[in-house]
Amino acid sequence: MSSPRSAARLAETAPLFAALGDATRLSLVARLSREGPQSIARLTAGGEVTRQAITKHLIALEEAGLVSSDRSGRERIWELRTRRLTEIRRCLDQISDQWDAAIGRLRDLVENGDS
Amino acid sequence: MNTDRIEKKVQLKASRERVWRAVSDSTQFGRWFGVRFEAPFEEGKAMSGKIVPTEVDPEVAAMQKPYEGTAFEWVVERIEPMRRIAFRWHPFAVDKTVDYSAEPMTSVVFELEDAPGGTLLTITESGFDSLPVARRAQAFQANDGGWTHQLRLVEKFLALAPSH
Repeated sequence: MSSPRSAARLAETAPLFAALGDATRLSLVARLSREGPQSIARLTAGGEVTRQAITKHLIALEEAGLVSSDRSGRERIWELRTRRLTEIRRCLDQISDQWDAAIGRLRDLVENGDS
Repeated sequence: MNTDRIEKKVQLKASRERVWRAVSDSTQFGRWFGVRFEAPFEEGKAMSGKIVPTEVDPEVAAMQKPYEGTAFEWVVERIEPMRRIAFRWHPFAVDKTVDYSAEPMTSVVFELEDAPGGTLLTITESGFDSLPVARRAQAFQANDGGWTHQLRLVEKFLALAPSH
């Protein structure tokens, strides 16, 4: 399993794991995954962690590419980027499949077809 | 996770010259890519292509029907004879209600090398990260009129049959 490529891929994901290596951040990610996009007010409500600390954690997660935020009216709404990444991955897989089909036709044309 | 590009490496049992013709002659290209171009490829040229449904299966053709004749923008960026040809386009820009002209285009590059038994063709499509996320989701979502999984399987199977 040890190859330059898998080592590079692991190195790439290291910041992601680092970002998740904290109980509060892990629980933030879990909440966003379970409950969907929400504001800091909602994420802070009912917990023991201060709003300031939550904000710091969200920024750290944002820097790791795991969450993103958008201003919605007067609030900033935070959302898990993993969903976006999954979505993008699915899109790319589809385009990849389309290429595979086209390549099948190209192969048929150049290997078997008329000139 | 590289979300910006798709790369395909294809070993083809055909000469470099044959493969080059298939990717640089716009009529040949259109036959396997599934589009119709009205003019030859020339470096720096912006042209229009039209999506052409396959003729081999009526059910499949029916699925493609909504996209038949849909025109899309196609730019020939670079031609290095026998070696590389590069294009830009808006990937699968088939929604007639959308104006894609403001969007960044992805880049599609075909590179040819000699390989044992024939030619190695590397196809790289890149630039997805600069597409808006919503557009990616919308553009590439399988829907009843589009390129469904079924269609892909059928086309793969048909690729083994004599071309029509």
